[in-house]
Amino acid sequence: MEIAVETLKWILACTTADVPENGGACVKHGDEQIALFNFTRRNEWYATQNLCPHKQQMALSRGMIGSTGEECEPKVACPFHKKTFSLISGECLSGEEYEIKTYPVRIIDDKVYIGIKETA
Amino acid sequence: MNKKPIIVVAGNGMVGYKFCEKLISKTTDYQVVVFGEEPRPAYDRVHLSEYFNGKTAEDLSMSPSGWYEANNIQLHLNDVVQEINRTEKTVHSLKGTVQKYDYLVLATGSSAFVPDIPGIEKDGVFVYRTIEDLELISNYAAKSRNGAVMGGGLLGLEAAKALLDLGIKETHVIEFAPRLMPRQIDQPGSAMLQMKLKELGLHIHLNKSTAKIAGDGKIEALEFTDETSLAVDMLVISAGIRPRDELAKLSGLEVGTRGGIVVNDYMQTSDDDIFAIGECALHSGMIYGLVAPGYEMADVVVAKILDSDKSFTGFDMSTKLKLIGIDVASFGDPFINNPDCKIIAFEDTNKGIYKRINISNDGKNLLGGILIGDADDYNILLQNVKNRITLPENPEDLILGARGGAATEGSGVMSLPDDAMICSCESVSKGAICDAVKLDNITSLDGIKKCTKAGTCCGGCVPLVKDLINGTMKESGLYVKNVLCEHFDYSRQELMDLIRMNNVRSYDEALDHYGKGDGCETCKPAVASILSSLWNDLIVKQAPIQDSNDRYLANIQKGGTYSVVPRIPGGEITPDKLIAIGQVAKKYNLYTKITGGQRIDLFGAHVNDLPAIWEELIEAGFESGHAYGKSLRTVKSCVGSTWCRFGLHDSVSFAIEIEERYKGIRSPHKLKGGVSGCIRECAEAQAKDFGIIATDKGWNLYVCGNGGSKPQHALLLASDIDKETLVKYLDRFLMFYIKTADPLARTATWLNKMEGGLSYLKNVIINDSLGICEQLEEEMQGLVDSFHCEWKEVVQNEELRKRFVHFVNAPEEKDPSVDFDPMRDQVKAKEW
Ligand SMILES: Cc1cc2nc3c(=O)[nH]c(=O)nc-3n(C[C@H](O)[C@H](O)[C@H](O)COP(=O)(O)OP(=O)(O)OC[C@H]3O[C@@H](n4cnc5c(N)ncnc54)[C@H](O)[C@@H]3O)c2cc1C
Ligand code: FES
Repeated sequence: MEIAVETLKWILACTTADVPENGGACVKHGDEQIALFNFTRRNEWYATQNLCPHKQQMALSRGMIGSTGEECEPKVACPFHKKTFSLISGECLSGEEYEIKTYPVRIIDDKVYIGIKETA
Repeated sequence: MNKKPIIVVAGNGMVGYKFCEKLISKTTDYQVVVFGEEPRPAYDRVHLSEYFNGKTAEDLSMSPSGWYEANNIQLHLNDVVQEINRTEKTVHSLKGTVQKYDYLVLATGSSAFVPDIPGIEKDGVFVYRTIEDLELISNYAAKSRNGAVMGGGLLGLEAAKALLDLGIKETHVIEFAPRLMPRQIDQPGSAMLQMKLKELGLHIHLNKSTAKIAGDGKIEALEFTDETSLAVDMLVISAGIRPRDELAKLSGLEVGTRGGIVVNDYMQTSDDDIFAIGECALHSGMIYGLVAPGYEMADVVVAKILDSDKSFTGFDMSTKLKLIGIDVASFGDPFINNPDCKIIAFEDTNKGIYKRINISNDGKNLLGGILIGDADDYNILLQNVKNRITLPENPEDLILGARGGAATEGSGVMSLPDDAMICSCESVSKGAICDAVKLDNITSLDGIKKCTKAGTCCGGCVPLVKDLINGTMKESGLYVKNVLCEHFDYSRQELMDLIRMNNVRSYDEALDHYGKGDGCETCKPAVASILSSLWNDLIVKQAPIQDSNDRYLANIQKGGTYSVVPRIPGGEITPDKLIAIGQVAKKYNLYTKITGGQRIDLFGAHVNDLPAIWEELIEAGFESGHAYGKSLRTVKSCVGSTWCRFGLHDSVSFAIEIEERYKGIRSPHKLKGGVSGCIRECAEAQAKDFGIIATDKGWNLYVCGNGGSKPQHALLLASDIDKETLVKYLDRFLMFYIKTADPLARTATWLNKMEGGLSYLKNVIINDSLGICEQLEEEMQGLVDSFHCEWKEVVQNEELRKRFVHFVNAPEEKDPSVDFDPMRDQVKAKEW
């Protein structure tokens, strides 16, 4: 029987100063576009796919981030039609059935690394 | 010891539970004993599919844990009532309990109807009814590649969506009828729904009847009567429901020929002391497969036991499909046709919207309808049907929205009668909600939910409840707090005052002092606009709180490119500048178009190219046109007295002067102006936020006009005034608007909502009734003096320029996903 093992590969994305405070930037990883967010207000970094599933637009990195609810779930709003997505689960918070990929982020010194799943 | 009369409830589903809840809220004079076949207390079956989206069995539970004990209800789970001894008045359970009853309530619900098809017993064939079913499906789905749902009704589509969500790449829906949801929607509606479901990735097969389920022990394919077949790894059957009447039948109670326990209007079976409610009950030949009628039945039984007068007289079967991500609703009588009614239908295959309403022949009442793709109006339309509200003059407004003129009157929620049922799940009337607002001073949605239970079940009525709360507060003179969003408990105007008085300079500061949480896409741009209206700081400095448009100082377009709009004040442009625009457009492959505001838009610019494009434009003498911001767009002009033989004054010069004065100033929404040189009004100034028209004695100033989707003529604020006075009034007017309007309210909307309307506005602006005119003028002058071209600052600033890249880690590379199609010698964005 084959067993799939998932491992995380950490890729260097950019430096912390490259991403505007409380804003986002788009990172290129091969053919993949990853939206990276510097949530300064919460002292957190998040990463998701850059593609908004609503109309297939490469746009989430240009979206506005914020939070919602009592639990302050961090989220990003797509600049096109303001569909919002959780930065943690990737769930669409505007009540639709979309979901986006999220990635772990690690900061070492002033470098930003994004964890990409690899199946070995 | 217990002398209380005993009520036994057989079945602990949604309706059985609701019965207990309703009973104990009215009386504690009875001992209640419940038997439930399932291993857990009643849960919300309506939202069962959310189990796949991470909700747990506990989340779905109808009652908090400990509820049954706390209310002295004896609950036997995992136990089935097997037999009723009607002479002794006892029930016997599978586990051997014998329980006496004075009243017996059968709430045994229904089970999925499983057609008798050869091979139906194979592994991989499921039904969709209980949490256990879902667990089985989810386990099996993990090793399946493709699956099918038998039945294209309400539940079938929900199940199909669930399969997709479970990662079944190829999901098919097999429907026997020639259309989807045959009990709810018509042919064109089904076609539209089918189109949308295809977009979701579902494969729909209509007119298909299954002959056999093939496979060796487990399902491998479906074989149809038309001799085609379909390979599938799993099948979910959703071909209808079958009432659970076996216990009733065994006990000699009357049941229908096609199933269901026969009941009268008091939900009594053929034995007066035995009731049947929910999906197992057959009332006037009808099984109600929805939860709301079941709740109503529970209410009727409680009333009967307590000797009050209430009967069940049928129930509206209007439904709205949830979950699937596509709006589908049908209400009233969706199928009634010519000549029994008139039909208004609207179809938009581009957006995937189909709406149909059926209207009585005299045009007075709404009888029913169907909504696909956009069911926002479902609640209010349903209320119109139920309460026989007289229709507005143009009933098509109900589905198309008011096009021009005032908003539709008479169909709003406040015009409903007091006994209108707003929440049909919990039977809460409009009167009850309004009373809670008026008498008990409950003004929040959560409060209303707690106090009346409205909106707690399916949630469909929540928008109506909100409107009712606001409407009632307004009617009783209460202050309706128009808060920005969940992060700020203030209106825009209140927040603006706070920010000004406390000299707040950044979004974070505002959030720390006056808000909570981390902000969102609503309050960030609103505060950004306030900050720049007050302090006129450089917009890109607060980039991340700006709308994406403001952030890149350009409007994002389909496909992710941006448009470039240089300012062309008054629409006047030199040949050299025209050439410069042409050259830039050519160099960067931009689509050019002359706009209604008398300037030229350039579309299709990569974010990386923006600084270079602007550098060249600025070099040629252009400035930012602020088309991306909520600020002054253009002041349109006619050619005026310099060339036109009718012109009274030089409208172009005045338009340029005005545009230069107010350019770049941030406001709650965009602003447009116009100046016409005579009453022929070639600049269409009366359709603008402010319009200026030359008269033989001077100028007339009109305000608060609007073109666009809701055209409204501007109103005359002052007539025959000189330029200087006009600019003074305009300063005051614009500043007053900037300071008091809600975010995203155009001047027309702002005036429409203003108490006292135009006469109040005149009093403030001309007679200085508030004593603020001097201040308004000063503040405006401050903004005018601090103007800067935002693009110029970016072009000159290396740090800011760096922001204009698509990839942080590959600044030279453009977004490879951007793509154009050729059109009439230029390009257009790829369709989405
Ligand atoms: C996936 C799904 C989605 C739905 N969506 C909607 C919707 O959007 N809107 C809507 O209005 N309705 C919807 N429904 C229908 C709604 O769930 C039912 O109308 C409602 O649950 C009926 O309640 P009930 O109490 O009559 O039956 P049930 O909820 O089925 O409860 C009956 C209970 O009695 C038990 N029982 C049966 N016989 C015995 C016995 N002899 N002794 C002891 N226990 C017994 C059963 O095991 C069951 O637990 C949906 C149903 C499903 C399955
Ligand atoms: S493309 Fe993202 S919301 Fe529409």
